[in-house]
Parts: sequence; C-alpha cells; structure tokens
Amino acid sequence: MNDSKLLLPTDWRDFFALTKPRVMSLVIFTGLCGLLAAPATIHPVLGFTAILCIAIAAGGAAALNQWWEADIDAGMKRTAGRPLPAGRMDRESARDFGVALSAGAVLLMGLAVNWLSAAILALSVVYYAWFYTVWLKPRTPQNIVIGGGAGAFPPMIGWIAATGHISLMPVLLFLIIFMWTPPHFWALALFVQTDYAKVGIPMLPVVAGERTTRRHILAYAALLLPLTLVPWAIGGAGRIYGVAALLLGIAFLALATQVGLRQSGEDDPMRPEKRLFGFSILYLFVLFAALVADHWASIEGWQP
Amino acid sequence: MTAPQFPQPDPSPLNRDQTEQLRARQRSRNRALGLLLTALVVLFFAITIVKIGAHSGAAG
Repeated sequence: MNDSKLLLPTDWRDFFALTKPRVMSLVIFTGLCGLLAAPATIHPVLGFTAILCIAIAAGGAAALNQWWEADIDAGMKRTAGRPLPAGRMDRESARDFGVALSAGAVLLMGLAVNWLSAAILALSVVYYAWFYTVWLKPRTPQNIVIGGGAGAFPPMIGWIAATGHISLMPVLLFLIIFMWTPPHFWALALFVQTDYAKVGIPMLPVVAGERTTRRHILAYAALLLPLTLVPWAIGGAGRIYGVAALLLGIAFLALATQVGLRQSGEDDPMRPEKRLFGFSILYLFVLFAALVADHWASIEGWQP
Repeated sequence: MTAPQFPQPDPSPLNRDQTEQLRARQRSRNRALGLLLTALVVLFFAITIVKIGAHSGAAG
C-alpha cells in the first residue's frame, strides 16, 4: 500500500533555491556599491533595508522566471534539477512565492527608503520577469543584450535609494553593466556546451554561429572601455576610478581581442574564452570597488 | 445511469514512517518561517526607530 509516493509539502530549501542565491551575490555587491558611491548619506539601517529589498526583488523575479520557464528548464541538463522541473514544487507555489517576494520588496522599499527607488525596483522585476523572460528571450538572439538590462538595475537602484533622485551617474552605472553582460555571457556560451537549441531558445552562438559571436564580444568590449571612462570625464568620479577603469578596460579589451579574432579548432581547450570569462567577473568587482574607494578618497580629501 | 466518477480520497491512513516524514517536513518549514518572521519584526522595529529619530531630529 506504500508504493505510491508520499506527497510532502515543499522543503523550504527549494523555495530558497528558487531565488537563485548565487546570482544574488553580484546583485548585492553592485547594489551596495551604487549605494555607497552616491553623493548622499543614508542611515545604515535604511541602507541595509534598501539592499535587502533589491536582493529580495531579484529573488522574486528569479522565482517568476522559473515559474514561466519550467517546461524549458525541464528540457536542459543544467536546469532539469531545479525545484519545478524536478517535481518538488507545484507551479502555483512558485508563482505566488515570486509575486509575494517582489511585491513585498517594492512595498518595503517605498515605505522605508523612497518611492522613486521602489518604482524602479518594480520596473526591474517587470523587465526581467515579463519583458525579458516571457517576451524577448524566445524571440531574439540579442536576448542576452537586453537581459543584461535586468542585471544592470541594482547599482542604479542603490544609488537612487541614497539620493532620492535620478541623475546621469546612476544611468551610467546601468549602461556599464548593460554593455558588460554580452561579452561576459557569450564568452561562457562559447566554451560551455548548452542545449538551448533543443528547447528553442535562440542563443547567439547557436543561431548566428561562433564567428559572429566572437565579433560581437569584441564590439561590446570596445564600446565598454570609453563608456566606463565617462564618469571620470564628466566629474562624477575622480582619478582613482578613472585610472582603474582605464587599466581594467585595456586588459578586458586585450582579452576580448584574443577571443574575437580567433577561431576554435577540433577539441579546442578554449583557454582564451575561459580567461575572458573569469576576468570579466573580476573586472566588474574591481571596477565597482574602485568607484566606492574613489568616492571615499574624495570625502577624506585625498584627491581633488 | 452511472454516477459521475470523482477522485476518491486515499482511504489508507499514513503509516508511522510516513507520518514522521510529514511531521519533520512541517517542522522544518515552520522553523524557517518563524525565523523569517522574527527577522522581519526586528527589521521593522529598527526602521521605525530610525524614522522616528529622523522626524524628531528635523522638528527639533
């Protein structure tokens, strides 16, 4: 009589896994940097609340993304073990969990911090969970470019949580991550065998081929370098940031050029691609850390 | 005329093993939820104190 599997309530760890906690570390870091680099002071408790809201909303968006893509995830080896495709959770729970997290985070952000950052936080959830996941991802091979926009929101929201208004600087931080995402992701896509083709998601290497992907990586890296120098040029950041951005940008462009101009052979170990991907993560961390260090140095009067 | 077929609830009760499994899962869920709610209470209290401080500071 006990052959039938006992239907247990979903483990809380599966709800936690639904928020993609590993992606969240970059979201928290860039959001915190935006908050700390902004030319305004925010009470530590409210600053903590702002970062918490950004992280929770990102978790909610991730849950909604998996609710929508459960069928797609089931068809790919990398994602088949997620709570929904593995059958450890029903779809309605994932949907309700995602809505509750996102709505709760936006409400808390508005009540505790300010309503402009709450509005942009809500926009970022809609952007990722609907505009990207539902609409764009299955339609265009540029999906990564536009999806990068979702990851580009946190520093902008962190900045606006502190200042309470939009200026050019938070928009520039948004654009920097926006430009950084394609070379970062496509470098990974070149050396990781994915089964996106099987489930009908048009990833650039699958649709347009390796050559085009390499050219795109190079193009975005070339655009990223001058863009990261704009905060320095307009006086939004000082010399420490400017020099860091220049050196990092040159190194990134050098690695991207190696990747952009070569063609992989049979059984290629793909070392330049792996190096570019690894460096791209370091690049973003150091660039944003430099932005914060630069701001603190200016406050302390160590630089003009 | 035959009566419409509705799914019947499983007449067999849970055995001891299954009951324990179910209870353990419920306990761990409750514990996680309890911790989460406690953390929220602490956070909301802290936010309230900071907000009151900011307002009275502006008034005085």
